[in-house]
Amino acid sequence: MEKENATPNPRRDFLKKSSLITAVALTPTAAIKAADNQLDERIAQAIENVPCSIEINGTKHTMKIDPRITLLDLLRERLHLTGTKKGCDYGQCGACTVHVDGQRVNSCLTLAVMNDGKKVTTIEGLANGSELHPMQAAFIKHDGFQCGYCTPGQIMSAVACIREGHADNEGEIREFMSGNICRCGAYPNIVAAIQEVKKGGKNI
Amino acid sequence: MKQFQYIRSVSQKAAISAITQEPKAKFVAGGTNLLDLMKRHVMTPERLVDINKLPLRDIKEENKGLHIGALALNSTVAEHATIVKKFPLLAEALNAGASAQLRNMATVGGNLMQRTRCPYFYDTTTPCNKREPGTGCSALNGFNRMHAIFGATPHCIAVNPSDMNVALIALDASVQVSGPKGDRIIKMQDFHRLPGDQPEKDTILDKNELITAVTIPASTLTHNHYLKVRDRNSYAFALVSVAAGLNLDGKTIKVARLAMGGVAHKPWRLTAAEQSLQGKQVSIEAFQQAADIAMQGAKGYGHNDFKLKLAPNTIVEALKIASRI
Repeated sequence: MEKENATPNPRRDFLKKSSLITAVALTPTAAIKAADNQLDERIAQAIENVPCSIEINGTKHTMKIDPRITLLDLLRERLHLTGTKKGCDYGQCGACTVHVDGQRVNSCLTLAVMNDGKKVTTIEGLANGSELHPMQAAFIKHDGFQCGYCTPGQIMSAVACIREGHADNEGEIREFMSGNICRCGAYPNIVAAIQEVKKGGKNI
Repeated sequence: MKQFQYIRSVSQKAAISAITQEPKAKFVAGGTNLLDLMKRHVMTPERLVDINKLPLRDIKEENKGLHIGALALNSTVAEHATIVKKFPLLAEALNAGASAQLRNMATVGGNLMQRTRCPYFYDTTTPCNKREPGTGCSALNGFNRMHAIFGATPHCIAVNPSDMNVALIALDASVQVSGPKGDRIIKMQDFHRLPGDQPEKDTILDKNELITAVTIPASTLTHNHYLKVRDRNSYAFALVSVAAGLNLDGKTIKVARLAMGGVAHKPWRLTAAEQSLQGKQVSIEAFQQAADIAMQGAKGYGHNDFKLKLAPNTIVEALKIASRI
């Protein structure tokens, strides 16, 4: 299934000087002509927005987006997939963890446009319909959270931790889950949840 | 984040041409350090040249040595069977760095180029010669617990934060680069520089040069250990780290390789200490002597004075673990 996402044009009150300079450098005649006709906004859009196609939870999204948008902001602010959380926004907390082409990454430290052609799975894409993913069920069973803010990132990271083969014992789990911080301190229960899923031996 | 132009390169030639055209252009691969710095306005490139689609991900054995493409991920390198078996120092150092998520994003070339984590470099409200040349060094008389004890100058006492670099310098690696003037090979020993009076320059790489690969010659090291001492068990930068590699014939040290991280503006190879170990029998005394030699010329700046003791102890401990005595 393919969706065309027409990103709404952000309203610009003025054109930043830098855009105009870039515009002049790129296509001098056209840009100057356009600027004369007060088409500043359209030039800025044309230069700034980059075509990009990303498959998110099985749905292909084809967009033209501002290159400054991180994958995290694309998910939350444009596509309204707010399960993925913004904690620190600097790659220190792991709340924004998603899978890109099957690998866990911090979605706050990658530009959306850098993920062109890739497949992204977020916490919303983990469950099978209304049936919870075994890791989600294990987190509930073991009380692997208190406030819950870090939980989507913890769960995405935990699933990858097992798939990577780094969940053989408590020490290894703690080491390979260290990129996910829990301010409530639910670590023992998170480790227990991961160990149970690992021992269950299911192909997750 | 400040506005920039984004260019997705499909060939090495196009990437180098795209970076050459714009004075304030930067390559981006994993982006884990650069985007962090751009969000904080520490770095404000006007053009980003995305090199992720270039075919630079190969890891292959070459003349018993190793060729690692610049875009190979830190996690891929750390898990690579040949590297785990023949170059365990590199695998251990990589796994000691960052988090699983970041290692899945960060590339070998990006790791070489990562900037210091000096808090004043990150804080745009304070002077920093590395961020804004000529403004002064806030760390010199500031909170300098994480800072250098070797090779620092009043201009900058920041350290190189990489674990990978420490292993690569111990393994005599080289960096292959390509630029508008052609290709060249830079020895790891020469790649990163001391701050001198130009701390804004971390490496000798020219602005328009692209790292294409890292090569490591065949290793004869039979006993290896990467020891990282930090404030928490995982996911923290090194206070001090040591890469120790030995070629042992029974108890006799045929070859020794030692390098430290967290102590200087570049990965710090301990050549004199290595030489002192050569031909000696494995013993705590020999290790302590090597550590004493390694520490000659070390200087604390107040908050980091503890490193003057921690560093030699870490050298001895790394050698003990490597040699299993």
